[in-house]
Amino acid sequence: MKNWFKSFSLPQLVDALLPVLATLAALFIGAIMLLLMGANPITAYSALLAGAFGNSNALADTVVKATPLLLVGLGICIAFRGGVTNIGGEGQFVAGALSATVVGLWLPEQSGWLVIPLGMLAGLLGGALWGGIPGILKAYFNVNEILSTIMMNQIAVQLMNFLLIGPLIDPLQLERSSRIPQTARLAHAFDLPRLAPTRLHLGAALAVGLAILVYILLWRTTLGYRIRAVGLNPHASRYAGIKVPQHIVLSLLLSGALAGLAGAVQVYGLHHRMFTDGSATGFTGNAGFNGIVAALFGQLHPLGVIPASFFFGGLLVGANKLQRAVQVPAALITTLNGLVVIFVVSSELWRKKRAQQRLSAASIAPPAPQREEVPV
Amino acid sequence: MIGDLFSARVIIGILASGIRLATPYLYAGLGETISQRSGVLNLGVEGQMLMGAFAGFYVALTTGNLWLALLAAGLVGALMGLLMAFVSINLQAKQGISGIGFYLFGLGLSDLLFQKLLGRVETVSGFAPLHFPWLSDLPVVGKIFFQHNILVYIAFALVPLTWFLLNRTTLGLKIRAVGENPDAADSLGVSVSRVRYFTVTLGGTLSGVAGASLSIALLNVFQQNLTSGLGFIAVALVYFGGWKPGGVLIGALLFSMVNALQLWVQTLGIPIPSEMAVMMPYLLTIVALVLAGQRSQAPSALTKSFNRE
Repeated sequence: MKNWFKSFSLPQLVDALLPVLATLAALFIGAIMLLLMGANPITAYSALLAGAFGNSNALADTVVKATPLLLVGLGICIAFRGGVTNIGGEGQFVAGALSATVVGLWLPEQSGWLVIPLGMLAGLLGGALWGGIPGILKAYFNVNEILSTIMMNQIAVQLMNFLLIGPLIDPLQLERSSRIPQTARLAHAFDLPRLAPTRLHLGAALAVGLAILVYILLWRTTLGYRIRAVGLNPHASRYAGIKVPQHIVLSLLLSGALAGLAGAVQVYGLHHRMFTDGSATGFTGNAGFNGIVAALFGQLHPLGVIPASFFFGGLLVGANKLQRAVQVPAALITTLNGLVVIFVVSSELWRKKRAQQRLSAASIAPPAPQREEVPV
Repeated sequence: MIGDLFSARVIIGILASGIRLATPYLYAGLGETISQRSGVLNLGVEGQMLMGAFAGFYVALTTGNLWLALLAAGLVGALMGLLMAFVSINLQAKQGISGIGFYLFGLGLSDLLFQKLLGRVETVSGFAPLHFPWLSDLPVVGKIFFQHNILVYIAFALVPLTWFLLNRTTLGLKIRAVGENPDAADSLGVSVSRVRYFTVTLGGTLSGVAGASLSIALLNVFQQNLTSGLGFIAVALVYFGGWKPGGVLIGALLFSMVNALQLWVQTLGIPIPSEMAVMMPYLLTIVALVLAGQRSQAPSALTKSFNRE
């Protein structure tokens, strides 16, 4: 945080603004696409802004949409800082949501004061399990985590489909023999407190609180320092006496836990049940991947992910308004999210070159202390 | 009812659909194998497949010419591959993450175009099953092996062709050299970036065709997120198969046979949780990766961008 406020040189300022520039570039390409589809980009984007931030209901929806992105994004910060590519957010989200739902269905008569914390804990644990397994596989069996997290995503989806069609199916669905794959609604006592009449629920505050905690963890504790050291240079870390495998497991485990919590919050705060259309996205709304977008936009800084997820939550909410205003499908926003990711990772080369130039300009002998780089 | 599963008719049906369903895994998996052997992890396969599937479907629907549709799918995939190559080679972007960007891009754009240009789920008459004289009429064997559409046979033919390309041609030697030791390859005068441009673009082309094999040959429809994770599995198959075309073939058949089993279980209404069966290949892939992990045959330069300095 502190170095954010130090006096900036112009190139440093540009570095800091790179994600914003990347997003502007994506929005510019979006404008061209809108023109090609015969829509006025200005009308479209103003509808999008109004839909996302225009009134208190829109703002509340934006925050609700941003909450899972923030939680998943915080996990991505830990993983990417720790040098592991966690793309299992979808599976971890589902695993967390499933665990939390089971707790809610299992204790229907209990008080919310007991069940809500238990449900959140179950979400954390479910996600931690789903992230921890790839962590152990990477640290001790040399299994690429990109692959194992993809596999874990698919396993979570099949497990969800199995449970929601079978053991966890809403008894009402069986009575009506409509067999829609969803669970019963959880008891109203377990709904996260919400700011009526909007859909804004307590999950958002929880997520912001956790962002601060993750910041403290990563930058103010020895553990966080070690996680980042392993991410920057595992070999040097090993010589420095850091137990590299443990920290790899831990980054993936924490990362998964936060995505799992996002799933639990989604169940208790928003949907109050689980449902499936057979794919992961049907329930997650692609939060596992969009959380990566938010994390990259926030420069893998936990506090940066707060405004980033708010912005991308807004884009997703505003997309529906855009669709109604100019008859352009909301899928445009998914397309632009993809472009943002591509542009942000592509601009890393430029950032690295600037960093090298600054080092050589300072004419320090070769083994100079390297500026901290975002391990993207 | 569960006994139905073991009747000759059903077993033949499962084997035949299993072979058919291996098609998209083979195109995408073999393309990814070539790309990874040169050191580039293309995680955007899913996005490329979706774009290819849409392009193929749209051209088939509007022109009725299936080969033109296939060409369109391949070209769109190639274009996406070319962009991936530029981002990975020239801009040296971290491949695992840029691939997610291409996935989201393809997922969004194919859906956008689908809603804008078609608006609803339609069907086309895709590639029809071939009829071989005598062979197709054989009992059992004919049904399992000789009543598929042309894209199925091309996919299987690509297995030995990819092996030949990688192991018996100069280009294949260059691909492997660039994937194992780009510095050495570079010092011997092989252009690392040119080889990688070729492999990633070829991989994209095959991913596009893989998508089209779904939309104009196997399912003959297009809808949002048609591939639903199939492209990611294709990437996993490369690891499962130890970066060898034959290994990819075994993995593709494993996944497709289990899929076929699940389809039949659902069709027959057998009350067994087929999701558990579908989970097996994923678990098996993880087990295979664990077993292979200690002596990983991954190309040494995989995901490492080459910087000539």
